[in-house]
Amino acid sequence: MNVMQPIDRIRGGVHEKEKHESGHKHVSGTAEYIDDIPEPAGTLHAYLGLSARAHAEILSIDFAEVGASAGVVGILTADDIPGENDISPAHKHDDPVFATGKVEFHGQPIFAVIATSRDAARRAAAKVKIDYRDLPHVTDVKEAQAANYPLVIDPLKLERGDIDAGFAKAQNVVQGEMRIGGQDHFYLEGHISFAFPGEDDEVTVYASTQHPSETQHMVAQVLGVPSNAVTVNVRRMGGGFGGKETQANLFAAVAAVAARKYRRAVKIRPDRDDDMTATGKRHDFHVDYKIGFDDDGRIEAVDAVFAARCGFSADLSGPVTDRALFHADNCYFYPNVRLRSRPIKTNTVSNTAFRGFGGPQGMVGGERMIEDIAYTLGKDPLEIRKLNFYGGEGRNLTPYHQTVEDNIIGRIIEELELSADYATRREAVLAFNRENHVIKRGIALTPVKFGISFTKTEYNQAAALVHVYTDGSIHLNHGGTEMGQGLYTKVAQVVADEFQVDLDRIKVTATSTGKVPNTSATAASSGSDLNGMAAANAAQQIKARLVNFAAERYGISEADVAFEPNVVRIGSERISFPEFIKTAYTARVQLSAAGFYKTPKIHWNRSEGRGRPFYYYAYGASCSEVSVDTLTGEYQVDRTDIIHDVGKSLNPALDVGQVEGAFVQGMGWLTTEELWWDAKGRLRTHAPSTYKIPLASDRPRIFNVRLAEWSVNREETIRRSKAVGEPPFMLGISVLEAISMAAASVAGYRLPPRIDAPATPERVLMAIERLRGKAATETTR
Amino acid sequence: MTIEIRNTIRFLLNDRLVELADVSPVQTLLDFLRIDRNLRGTKEGCAEGDCGACTVLVGRLLGGQLKYESINACIRFVGSLDGCHVVTVDALAQPSGPLHPVQQAMVDTHASQCGFCTPGFVMSLYGLWMENPKPSVQEIEKALQGNLCRCTGYAAIIRAAEAISSIGEVGKDPLVAERENIGRQLAALQDGRRVVIGKEAERFVLPANVDDFAAVLEADPKATIVAGSTDVGLWVTKFMRDIAPVVHISHLEELRRISVDIDGITLGAGVSYTEAYPVIAQHFPQMRELWDRIGGQQVRNMGTVGGNIANGSPIGDTPPALIALGASVMLRKGARRRTLPVEAFFIEYGKQDREPGEFVEAVRIPFLKEAARFAVYKVTKRLDEDISAVCGAFRVTLDGRGKIADAAIAFGGMAGTPKRASKVEAALKGADWTDATVETAVAAFAEDFTPLTDWRASAEYRMLVAKNLLRRFYLETQEAGRVRLDRAVAVAV
Repeated sequence: MNVMQPIDRIRGGVHEKEKHESGHKHVSGTAEYIDDIPEPAGTLHAYLGLSARAHAEILSIDFAEVGASAGVVGILTADDIPGENDISPAHKHDDPVFATGKVEFHGQPIFAVIATSRDAARRAAAKVKIDYRDLPHVTDVKEAQAANYPLVIDPLKLERGDIDAGFAKAQNVVQGEMRIGGQDHFYLEGHISFAFPGEDDEVTVYASTQHPSETQHMVAQVLGVPSNAVTVNVRRMGGGFGGKETQANLFAAVAAVAARKYRRAVKIRPDRDDDMTATGKRHDFHVDYKIGFDDDGRIEAVDAVFAARCGFSADLSGPVTDRALFHADNCYFYPNVRLRSRPIKTNTVSNTAFRGFGGPQGMVGGERMIEDIAYTLGKDPLEIRKLNFYGGEGRNLTPYHQTVEDNIIGRIIEELELSADYATRREAVLAFNRENHVIKRGIALTPVKFGISFTKTEYNQAAALVHVYTDGSIHLNHGGTEMGQGLYTKVAQVVADEFQVDLDRIKVTATSTGKVPNTSATAASSGSDLNGMAAANAAQQIKARLVNFAAERYGISEADVAFEPNVVRIGSERISFPEFIKTAYTARVQLSAAGFYKTPKIHWNRSEGRGRPFYYYAYGASCSEVSVDTLTGEYQVDRTDIIHDVGKSLNPALDVGQVEGAFVQGMGWLTTEELWWDAKGRLRTHAPSTYKIPLASDRPRIFNVRLAEWSVNREETIRRSKAVGEPPFMLGISVLEAISMAAASVAGYRLPPRIDAPATPERVLMAIERLRGKAATETTR
Repeated sequence: MTIEIRNTIRFLLNDRLVELADVSPVQTLLDFLRIDRNLRGTKEGCAEGDCGACTVLVGRLLGGQLKYESINACIRFVGSLDGCHVVTVDALAQPSGPLHPVQQAMVDTHASQCGFCTPGFVMSLYGLWMENPKPSVQEIEKALQGNLCRCTGYAAIIRAAEAISSIGEVGKDPLVAERENIGRQLAALQDGRRVVIGKEAERFVLPANVDDFAAVLEADPKATIVAGSTDVGLWVTKFMRDIAPVVHISHLEELRRISVDIDGITLGAGVSYTEAYPVIAQHFPQMRELWDRIGGQQVRNMGTVGGNIANGSPIGDTPPALIALGASVMLRKGARRRTLPVEAFFIEYGKQDREPGEFVEAVRIPFLKEAARFAVYKVTKRLDEDISAVCGAFRVTLDGRGKIADAAIAFGGMAGTPKRASKVEAALKGADWTDATVETAVAAFAEDFTPLTDWRASAEYRMLVAKNLLRRFYLETQEAGRVRLDRAVAVAV
């Protein structure tokens, strides 16, 4: 037994600013994405043929030229699907792989061409001749409501108190409506799947998916084989953001069907334009609201309807619109409230998960109401926000009857007001606006409270697989997927911490349905909460066996066995981790374990609109200052300050990266990212040339981001950390609110500016014109 | 004069000489790297030159000087690389060796998340660092206008860019240290021959010189002329159009000449935006912001002013400014040359005054007269790397008594071609340069233009902005304080 010198701590444990586990591979181009996997000889390529109509019957399809095109091996239609032609994640049977008989949106897949090269398949697919009979179509929420389009899934109602009494009591009642645009994910790696046929009915699919288990089950359903015949693997995605939660299933299914049919490896990767046309996005919303408040700005009653453009099928529109309602209160107590969702069908691509999952749209609606109160009363919106925060006797109950128990928004706002120097800068902005007539400035400080947990309770479980090999190296696998957020790094840090070994002793391997089954999507910000706990559990099981073994072997109490940095202490002696492991192996100790975790305390009754859907809340706040050109509506973000709560951070470097990235993505959603459909129901902003996500030069000129380092999750989450993926996305709302203030300045801050989202330069300029016109009319009156 | 012909193209790819005899005219560099050469570090994000995931460096000689520039491999045709050095991310660090300083800086600052855009950022920053080891934040932003990242929010990437020089010295960089040697190798590849690859409709040609180009095009007037391929590239990658036969001209040194005389600037049709920048910025500082906002850095390194005019976009980045400045385009067919005003070149949407077999040889931009005031404003949804909703250019000359002696106003995005606002000009000419005159004149925009509604802007917005840009121009001549955002990148020469 060696006597080891004790060291202070391991390298790469929890709470350390550890680098992303793939960072060195990202920068050298050696991180392998699915399109980088070497193709076996004979690999075929699939390419989708998409509907050219928004809503039409398919009268006939002429494949003659497609089939005759160079390199074409075959064509797949719904007739070639051995199992079910359906990939509806909601099990509504409304989401065909290939449309049959009719198409319900422009861009809907109808067939796939299989060819010897991707280029050949793509060129051939363009040669199809389809005879359509057009049917009336709608793309817009309001039009869909007018045309009596159905709901794609049951709506939700949240109700508490007595809104009639609330409105009767209110000194002021304001009604309004707001349009909130959708958003394309614009993951840099587009959708892709690569399927390999195996023996019997087997198929292995490499898919860029956030939900390997669902992809597995959908592929099995489409192939008509049991799930045990299908293995789905994903090492990493080039971004997901929710866009690969359900939307990857289509590509995996097509590749798998072709691989089975032709008994060859088949890859499918749509061009960016087709990816953006044929796959779902963030839901656009239309919010109708009525709000009652007293002369100080204290809210008495809220009544709002959140109608969403769901597209042609249900997909995840149910839980997305639910989450919009769950976040329409943001940080504010509504004494009397009624919130209703309208998940409405449209002839557009079926909208899906996107970072925040409806929460951002709900929150923007809530903040619009605050804005209306502030400008109606001529007050600083921050004053209205603070007046309405949860807190105090009888003011902690949400519209869904969960009590807010971990409220820290007050402290975050207080710290941010100080560090961003809000009061002084607001005065300076007001002074600037008095002196300048073309350029106007605005400043806004907005809060975020975001509920953590899948609202579908069964998803709040996770598993992990940990092997310790005889050389002391550790293999870690879990059900979460890596899409850039650093999940693999964080979970490895947890395992390193459990075993007290340096991080480089641990290898995280590609997520695979064959290693960890029945996993939940890596979504709802839950990745490290769930998988971190499951991995810790697996490590603890192995440790317990090791401790038990050591105590027996050396005749000491279990309390005298300890995992110290890179060594195991047995009584007063220390032995290196690998050496200890080797000894344990020799003594036939099982060195592998499957860990499991399920989130405690949560429950949700949807039909009653009551329960505790969220284990805890994450909080944050941002303060943005903008300049707006009132001649063109163009703007720039001059400064943003952020304080964000991640509890006790598992990895502050990665968490800051999540906050910075989420803020900029949220800002993009609310400013320059615009989805635009033409009269024929065609999405015309379907590539980076027409759809404008933020660039480096769009980020705030001064950008101060810090974590609320004092925050510790009150619940027993993994190392008392909090989820970080989605909550900071909504910090971008401060930019929209700051633009609103700049616009409001042209009417003396006395008229609600009501700029719809995204606040493109055009919408900003038109709002300014409207406000100027209205202010002039009111003055003459 | 007999022209000798070569039937291969030759270029350096990282540390190897590549010689190809059998290559399609529409073979993109990206597919060549990824599929033919299995160099998979370079990624495809959009296949239209807008996201930068495919960024590589291309070194080429101009006047014996070797310069490396970032380009989009997705819309660059392999055929245009003859005599160039292509450097991809795969070559930056040896498999088991240390990372390159640019790569190390990105790792140290946590600048990659999903990592898919990262190789492109590495190459853009590498290109910047070689030229400018200690860039300002604005210079970094300018170098990254053509690179999209959806994960990081860019802050960490900017921190990385600022840290590179603290990790390594430019002088020790292999490309910098080997510059002379590589330059010699590239010079040796230039044999003055015409390159012809493929047959019939699958043919492409690299003329030996500009006279040869004129001859090739006269003989084959239906050929597609490709300079920077920032537009034509999309015809292939997006519209799958058949563009062969192709004539590549980006290698022709005669077309890359810039000359300045007492009256103005002449830009050869093959001069890239990047190459033109110093002289434009010096003589027309009013155009700096516009120039900095054309595409991203990769597009400016590839795209040419000549191509911008020749393709006849209704929006165009430079034509409104060129029209307002009274610039002319020099056309050539065989040995015959003619010159016409840029505005006359645009006949209607999709139609230009260019005969079969004729090509744009140069653009002539006259200097402003001393009394003239000039400005150009590009209005877009996103500040950088976006196509104009409206682009307005104004040149107004006052006489000694404050009256408007002359006015030239041109717009992109307001009609089927870049077009003059002649009714507005007429309303201004002879009047006093006052607020009242401007307010009267803006009404004439409705006579000049009937703009369309599309995804970039509504007709209503376009019309209002056109009017407001004249107002802005007026206010700027009055020194009435700030009337423009200061965010736009305008990096000093």
